[in-house]
Amino acid sequence: MKKEFVCISCPVGCRLTVWQDEKSAVQVEGNTCPRGKTYGVQEFTAPVRTVTSSVPVSHGAQRMCSVKTDAPVPKARIPEVLRAIRGASLRAPVAVGDCVVENVAGTGANVVATRRVTEKKR
Amino acid sequence: MMRNVDVAIVGGGPAGLAAALAAHKAGARSILVLERDSFPGGILQQCIHNGFGLHYFGQELTGPEYAQRFVDEVEKIDSIEVLLDTMVLQVNPDRSLVAVSDKNGMVRVQAGAVVLAMGCRERTRGALNIPGTRPAGVYTAGCAQRLVNMEGMMPGKRVVILGSGDIGLIMARRMVWEGAKVEMVCEIMPYSSGLNRNIVQCLEDNDIPLYFNTTVVEIHGRERVEGVTVAEVDPATRAPKMETARFVPCDTLLLSVGLIPENELTKGTGAQMDRVTSGAQVDAERQTSVPGIFACGNVLHVHDLVDNVSEEAAIAGENAAKFALGTLQKAETVRVLPEGGTRYVVPQRLVRGEGKAALYFRVRAAYKPARLAVLSGGREIRSVKKRVMTPGEMEKVVIDLKDVAGDVTVRVEEG
Repeated sequence: MKKEFVCISCPVGCRLTVWQDEKSAVQVEGNTCPRGKTYGVQEFTAPVRTVTSSVPVSHGAQRMCSVKTDAPVPKARIPEVLRAIRGASLRAPVAVGDCVVENVAGTGANVVATRRVTEKKR
Repeated sequence: MMRNVDVAIVGGGPAGLAAALAAHKAGARSILVLERDSFPGGILQQCIHNGFGLHYFGQELTGPEYAQRFVDEVEKIDSIEVLLDTMVLQVNPDRSLVAVSDKNGMVRVQAGAVVLAMGCRERTRGALNIPGTRPAGVYTAGCAQRLVNMEGMMPGKRVVILGSGDIGLIMARRMVWEGAKVEMVCEIMPYSSGLNRNIVQCLEDNDIPLYFNTTVVEIHGRERVEGVTVAEVDPATRAPKMETARFVPCDTLLLSVGLIPENELTKGTGAQMDRVTSGAQVDAERQTSVPGIFACGNVLHVHDLVDNVSEEAAIAGENAAKFALGTLQKAETVRVLPEGGTRYVVPQRLVRGEGKAALYFRVRAAYKPARLAVLSGGREIRSVKKRVMTPGEMEKVVIDLKDVAGDVTVRVEEG
């Protein structure tokens, strides 16, 4: 089955057509540089995205702490990853890189904090 | 409170922090950063998505992580002080300034040099004059971004987004990820001013339609937004074609319709402004027409990549330090002028002489392919061909200063 993508490697935005030939090799058409081919193959075979969100923090100088997956996760698993993040919370102090959800939705990636939240001064 | 410092920096966002570090490196003995929010980092703290730092750090960071890199550096340096919750009210041409804060009351500062790094703000509904009622539920995209990402509040459930700037695109995905339905993104122009990757990863990934040559012509609802009327526009005049008007039910309208450099303080100094960028006119050192007052980042011109802001702010910070220490050379400048498809160029002035200078510019429309020529003294001193130049991406060209023989012109044309 042929699939169409717009390459995001640079502002040119080549329109890629990607398909699997008889020998199961992935073919890319429409790219004008090697980066386009790499992107096309990746999007066709296993598209991945980094998921970012925020989780509530208790006892913090801020109410929310921003988080991300420390590795890209399969695009199809994003809803599960978001569900897991929605159930998470933190307690201040939080440092950049603190683990929020380990092995989120079984993807192998961890959800980690991307900002520092200090304790609220009393 | 009265303070005397070498360099005072108005704004503790990415521009202000990078300027502070560069001023320190260049030898400034005391640096004061004045920030009105309760934490440094500026707008980056609400830009929780990734994609920052690819150029500057060679890796993909989220906004808060990018900010934290600079905050960590600043905290290591004793001669840089950051005053938080402090609002600068006035900057004078003699490089003194007046600020207020809860903690310190009125703060007066006399600086050897001032760096303006106030950033920009969003255009609002009022700037567009969208007809209709005035219900709750109309937000700028950045306001919604702060509510969702930092305050943990959802501004609505069924959303229409007007404008396909990057913040609008990012918020389209964010709202979907938080459980809202995003009906569409309307863009009055025939192209998006947002980055390609955002159109793909924010809209296409989430099956959100993007309509070009389309705008919102009326807002409906008494207490809360109940829907908007959208219509196609004539691509030439941008006048709405009312026969194409249709009602789209929604409870929220997000606006991503442009950014305006926040230059009220700059104007108070008497600095010459650029009517296109809405920022000050600067030379290659990022000095305004007022001696010792420098500007950088989004208050100078709106950037699309924070990496470029950091780079530009370092130039301003370094030269502000030199000015304060009395080592900044004064020299005759030539003008840098846009021509053809070039909308503006920063810096607007240059000193002839040694070394190289980077010129940053934007084009008026999409050029595919594009030919760029830099002319000076009736001669072409630089020529570049690119496969594409679009208004959404700031362009950069480096010239050799020894080639400069009079005013410099930056011209873009199809070809």
